[in-house]
Amino acid sequence: MAYSQKVIDHYENPRNVGSLDAQDAAVGTGLVGAPACGDVMKLQIKVSDQGIIEDAKFKTFGCGSAIASSSLVTEWIKGKSLEEAAEIKNTTIAQHLSLPPVKIHCSMLAEDAIRAAIRDYKEKHPSA
Amino acid sequence: MVKRPIYLDYQATTPCDPRVLEVMLPYFTEEFGNPHSRSHAYGWKAEEAVDYARKQVAAILSADPREVIFTSGATEANNLAIKGVAHFYKDKKNHIITCSTEHKCVLDSCRHLEQEGFKITYLPVKSNGIIDLDDLRGAITDQTVLVSIMAVNNEIGVIQPLAEIGKICRDAGVFFHTDAAQAVGKIPLDVNAMNIDLLSLSGHKLYGPKGVGALYVRRKPRVRLQALINGGGQERGMRSGTLSTPLCVGLGEACALAQTEMRAESARLKALSARFYEAIQGSLEEVYLNGDANQRIPGNLNISFTHVEGEGLMMGIKELALSSGSACTSASLEPSYVLRALGVEVEMAHTSLRIGFGRFTTEEDVDTAAEMIIKEVGRLRDMSPLWEMSRQGIDIKSIQWAEH
Repeated sequence: MAYSQKVIDHYENPRNVGSLDAQDAAVGTGLVGAPACGDVMKLQIKVSDQGIIEDAKFKTFGCGSAIASSSLVTEWIKGKSLEEAAEIKNTTIAQHLSLPPVKIHCSMLAEDAIRAAIRDYKEKHPSA
Repeated sequence: MVKRPIYLDYQATTPCDPRVLEVMLPYFTEEFGNPHSRSHAYGWKAEEAVDYARKQVAAILSADPREVIFTSGATEANNLAIKGVAHFYKDKKNHIITCSTEHKCVLDSCRHLEQEGFKITYLPVKSNGIIDLDDLRGAITDQTVLVSIMAVNNEIGVIQPLAEIGKICRDAGVFFHTDAAQAVGKIPLDVNAMNIDLLSLSGHKLYGPKGVGALYVRRKPRVRLQALINGGGQERGMRSGTLSTPLCVGLGEACALAQTEMRAESARLKALSARFYEAIQGSLEEVYLNGDANQRIPGNLNISFTHVEGEGLMMGIKELALSSGSACTSASLEPSYVLRALGVEVEMAHTSLRIGFGRFTTEEDVDTAAEMIIKEVGRLRDMSPLWEMSRQGIDIKSIQWAEH
């Protein structure tokens, strides 16, 4: 299968690989997918007091498209507010990376990962 | 020209050996006769070549040349053996036994017969990929007409106990068919010593041309088949159609070469596989071999790299041409049914690679491949949340995953 140039770039030079301290109150962690399905994404965000995503890190088990989708969203959400980040749609991710139909689920997983990380952060800050 | 990837997919296909191509070439041009033309020298010359090829194919199986039927490949041979026997004997018996790790063309032929009303038993395999002979004994009934068990598995390379299966079948008065596409030229086969009644083989899996194969059909005790292809009655009426002389000649020559070189080539491939596996094992933790470690052909390794998804891994080793047990590209997201049949967990099946070595693989190829795989697995594990969790002592199975 032919991957798009953007997928290859993110796969070969993934941005923001790593982990943040999940116990840190400023950090929200999203873990989505399933090993049995062949892809798992962990996306973490560090949120400032002003509600801005200051940092984002990911780790992904999966194919090149899954790695590229998660790498891409860490770039996109940095500097955004939680509300703005929550608006990122899988279709935008899929379009940007030119994902073929069989790989659309990778972009959906990346969208889920953002939402899961935001949800985790909000659970830590019920008043926010 | 761009440097091509190192070819490590010898179970998918093999290159046609130049020595094979050379003997084929005249039969495309000067020696173009129809091997079934009896009235002139063109036909006689072609027939002579086909007869010689038939002898060469028979020789590698210790069979009689009259028992060899040329086909378009192993898929056709398997279809002919299974459907042919089932249909011919359908008024007497209606039960067939096969196993869950067979090639798709065997399983699909059986499914087809099931829809026609035949009873099919799909034997499970043990965790090493080999069937339990007691399961086989227990499955045979007075309605069983055929047992079809492959000689060597195409994904995991394990060798089934053919002689034992043959004996059980012969004692029970049941025909034994084996799909030997991955076995011919790689392990010694003797249809008489092993009590094999039908055997399928393929040209392009043993350095011959694509588009040709053969079915061995025992004469004593006689096995009868209902043909799939009707016509001029060629191949003893079991497979009509004009034979392709160059393809038959190529298959024959491929068998002859494989037979001569098998012993030395097996030893060479065994050493290459061991060299590769030791390099991998020496540098990577949590790497597992799928399928029996000893009862396997020397040119195949199927390895799970825990917590690294196979398709993702293949993308990082573009300079290597091989296959993955992960089927992430298919719409079903189902990984290899063969690995699943061994009881390999789905998540582990997603992390497997099939690495095939063959006649043109060099030590340098093996070392380069091992080095690239080790490097890429390390990189992807650093990127894998599952690897990170397992390093932290978290049991991956204890997590409630949302399957999608």
